[in-house]
Amino acid sequence: MRHLWERFEVMSKCGKAVLVFTTCLGILAGSALAQGELRFCLRSEPKTFDPLKVEDDASVAIRYLTGGVLLRLNRQTQALEPELAQSWKVSKDGKQITFKLRSGLSFSDGTPFSAEDVAYTIQQLMDPSLHSPTGDAFRSGPGNTQTKVISPTQISITFPAPVAGLDRQFDQVAILSAHSPKKEMAVLGPFMVDDYKPGATVLLNRNPYYWKTDAQGRKLPHLDAIKLDIQANRDVEMLRFKRGEIDLINTLDSEYFDKLATTSPQVVHDAGPSLDSEQMWFNEVAKSPLPPYKKNWFRSAAFRRAISEAINREDLARVVFHGHAQPAVGPVSPANKFWFNAKLRPEAYSADAALKTLQSEGFRLENGALKDKEGNLVVFSILTNSGNKSRERMATMIQEDLQKIGIRVNVVTLDFPSLIERMTQTFDYEAILLGLTNVGLDPSEQMNVWLSSSENHQWNPQEKTPETAWEAEIDRLMLTQASSADAKKRKESFDRVQEIAVEQAPFIYLVNKNALSAVSARVQGAIPVIVAPQTYWNADQLSLK
Amino acid sequence: MTIWRRVACSVLLLVIGVSLAANWLAPGGYARQYREEADAAPSRAHWLGTDEIGRDRFARVLYGTRISLLLAPAAALLSTLMAALVGGLAGFLGGSWARAAMAMTDLFLSLPWLFLLITVRALMPLNVSPIVSVLVTFLMLGLLGWTSAARVLCATASSLRDSDFVRQARASGIRGPRLFWMHVLPNLKPVLYAQFWISIPVFILSEANLGILGLGVAEPMPSWGSLLKELEGLVSVGEEPWKFVPLLLLVIVVTSFQLVLSRQEEAAA
Repeated sequence: MRHLWERFEVMSKCGKAVLVFTTCLGILAGSALAQGELRFCLRSEPKTFDPLKVEDDASVAIRYLTGGVLLRLNRQTQALEPELAQSWKVSKDGKQITFKLRSGLSFSDGTPFSAEDVAYTIQQLMDPSLHSPTGDAFRSGPGNTQTKVISPTQISITFPAPVAGLDRQFDQVAILSAHSPKKEMAVLGPFMVDDYKPGATVLLNRNPYYWKTDAQGRKLPHLDAIKLDIQANRDVEMLRFKRGEIDLINTLDSEYFDKLATTSPQVVHDAGPSLDSEQMWFNEVAKSPLPPYKKNWFRSAAFRRAISEAINREDLARVVFHGHAQPAVGPVSPANKFWFNAKLRPEAYSADAALKTLQSEGFRLENGALKDKEGNLVVFSILTNSGNKSRERMATMIQEDLQKIGIRVNVVTLDFPSLIERMTQTFDYEAILLGLTNVGLDPSEQMNVWLSSSENHQWNPQEKTPETAWEAEIDRLMLTQASSADAKKRKESFDRVQEIAVEQAPFIYLVNKNALSAVSARVQGAIPVIVAPQTYWNADQLSLK
Repeated sequence: MTIWRRVACSVLLLVIGVSLAANWLAPGGYARQYREEADAAPSRAHWLGTDEIGRDRFARVLYGTRISLLLAPAAALLSTLMAALVGGLAGFLGGSWARAAMAMTDLFLSLPWLFLLITVRALMPLNVSPIVSVLVTFLMLGLLGWTSAARVLCATASSLRDSDFVRQARASGIRGPRLFWMHVLPNLKPVLYAQFWISIPVFILSEANLGILGLGVAEPMPSWGSLLKELEGLVSVGEEPWKFVPLLLLVIVVTSFQLVLSRQEEAAA
C-alpha cells in the first residue's frame, strides 16, 4: 500500500522540459504494428521522471508505462510473471533473491542491458541519501544490501534482513542503465518520455528497442505514442471523453459511470470490487483535547462495534455508489484474492442489536436521545474532506442511521489541509471518514497502518508501546508475517490480523468501491481490471481502430 | 411604485410566505431519506424529485429558502448597524477618529474574505449543531460585510457634519450623542436602507458560495448554497432540469430584491 489518505498532490512547478529524441526509428520499419496515439488524462502534474523517486500517482503512471521491471504482477491474474528476468529464486530465509536475466535486450537509447544495470539500480535504490519511497519497501533491517553479479545474465541480491513478499516488491523497481549517458531517461519499458510541457502534456513515444512481441511475433507496443494530458478536473475529463478527445478514463465515479452507461453502455466497465475502501474511525489518542467521557466511548471496542452495527452498509453501497460498491468486510478487500480472509463477513446491519450492545455497556435511551452512564448525551462529529460528494453523502446517511439509536452526529466538512492538520498534528477531532487507496496486494505494504508505532496508525498514531493487548498482538503478527518467506504462515498471521481488526473495529470499514472505468470503442485489447493501472496495465498490447 | 416593483414585492412576499408554510406544504421534512427513491425524477409524492440520498427536493427548497431568506436580512441588519456605528460615527466625529476608522475599514476591505471565512470555519469547534452552524455562518457574513457600507456612510456623515442644520443645532447648544441621534442619524436613514437592501442579495450569494465550498450550513439542514451544489456535475444538468429550481429561485429573489432596492436608491438620492 502506498501512502494512504487521499493526498493533496502539490503541483510540481519544475520548468524543466524533458526532451528525448528517438534516434533509431529506422529499426521499426516493417517490424511492428504501430497504430496511432492513445490519449488519456493524468490528474496531477508528475513530480519526477526518476523511477526511484516516484511517489505521486502521475509519476507512478509514467513509471509503469516507461519502466522495465524484472518481475511484473499480472494485473488480471494477480500472479507474478517474469519480465526482464527469465526466472528467479528467493532463499528460504527471505533475505536473498537470485535472478536469471534475459539476454540481448537494450535500453531505449540502444545501450545493452545486463546484470550490471540491475546491480546499479539496487545500489541507487538502497542508497539512504536518495530517500527512495520504492526502496523503503526493501528496508527491513539495519545493514547494507549486497549485490553479486554472477554473470552478465545472472545476479543475486542479499538484504540484511528478510523482506516480506520480496519478489513482489520488484514489480515497482524500474531498472536503470548503469552506462547510458541519458541515465533515468533510458528505459526498458514499452514507451519512453519524448516531451513534457509542464501543466499541459506528457508525450510518450514507443520504445524502438522494447523486447516483447505479441502472439503473432509482431513487435510490441502496437501504439505509436501515448499523450497524457494533465487535467485535474474530472468534469472536464468526462466531457473530453464524451467528445472523443481522450480514449480512456482509468477510474470513474459511479455517478459519471451511470451517466455514460445510459448513452454509451459499451464504453463503461465495472470490474467489480476494487482494493480501495472507505472507512471511518474514532480518535483514540490519549493526549487529544477531547473530554474524558468521549475518550472512554471511543476507546471502547463495544461502542465502536455498536456504531459499526448501526450503519447500513448496503444502503451506502446502493445509494451513494449507485450499486457500484460492496459492503466492506475488513482491512482487505475481497478483490485481493490471496490475502482476503474468506471467513469474514460484512457486519450485519441491525439498529436493535447496536442499541442492545450499547445498553449492555451502560448507555440508555431517554426521549430518543442516547446517554452514557454519567448522563452525557452521545453526540459526536464526523469529519470529512469538503468537495468529496460521496463521502459527504455517506456521512449524512450515517448521521440518519445513528439518529435511529439516539446518537446525534454533526457532519463537518473541512478543506483537506485543515483536516490533515487535525488528524496528524492537533488530534482535535472525534471521528473521521476518509478513503484508503491500496495499490499493492501484499500485507507488508500495510505495515505503516497496523504497527502501533507507525505514523499512519491513524486511530492512535506513534504509540511508544502498544496501548492495548490487541494492538500488541497485531504488532507481533505483522512482524511475524513480514519476516517469513513462507506464504502459508504469512497468510495465517495476516488472517488473524484481519479478524482482530473486525473484532476491535479501530477502523469501521464501510464499502469497497468497484473499479469503474471507461474505454473508448476505438481502443482494442483493453481488459479493465481492479488493480491499478486498471485500464492500461497491458498498454504494450493496446491498439487503436 | 412601478408595475415591476409591485411584481417584485409580490414575488418576495409569495416566496417568503411559501417558505414559512414549509411545515404544512412538505410535512415529510427536509432531512428524511427515502433511500429506495434516491435521485428520483419529479413525481406526485416528490414534486421536484429527490436528491442523491433520497431527500425530498421540494421540502429542501422550501426549508432552504426559509433559512436563506430569514438569515440573510438578519446578517444584512447586523452589517448595516456596524457600518452605521463605524462609518457614521467616524464621519460625524471627523479628524483622527475618521482616519483611524477608515484605516480599519480599508484593512478589512483588503482581507480576502473568502479565505478569512474558511479560516474562521476551520477554527470553530467541530461539534456544532446544524442550527448553530447556520447562525455562525450568517453571523460571520454580517460581521465581515459592513466595510463597504461604512465607507459610504462615513462620507455621507462627513458631509452632514458641516451642513447648515447641524451647525444651527450646535449653535443651539446641542452636542455629542444627542446631536448624532437627533440630527445626523435620521438623515443617514435613506443610505442605511439602501445599504441594507443591497446587502441581502450579497449575503444570499455569499452563503451559496460558501455552501458550494462545503462551508456554511451543515448537513442535513438545507440552504440555497447546499442545494446549488447539485449543479456541480456539468454532465447531468441538461438531463435533469428540475435541479435548476433552486438556481431559478435564487435568480428570481435576487432580481426582486434589486428591483425593490432601486426604489430605495432613488429615495436615498
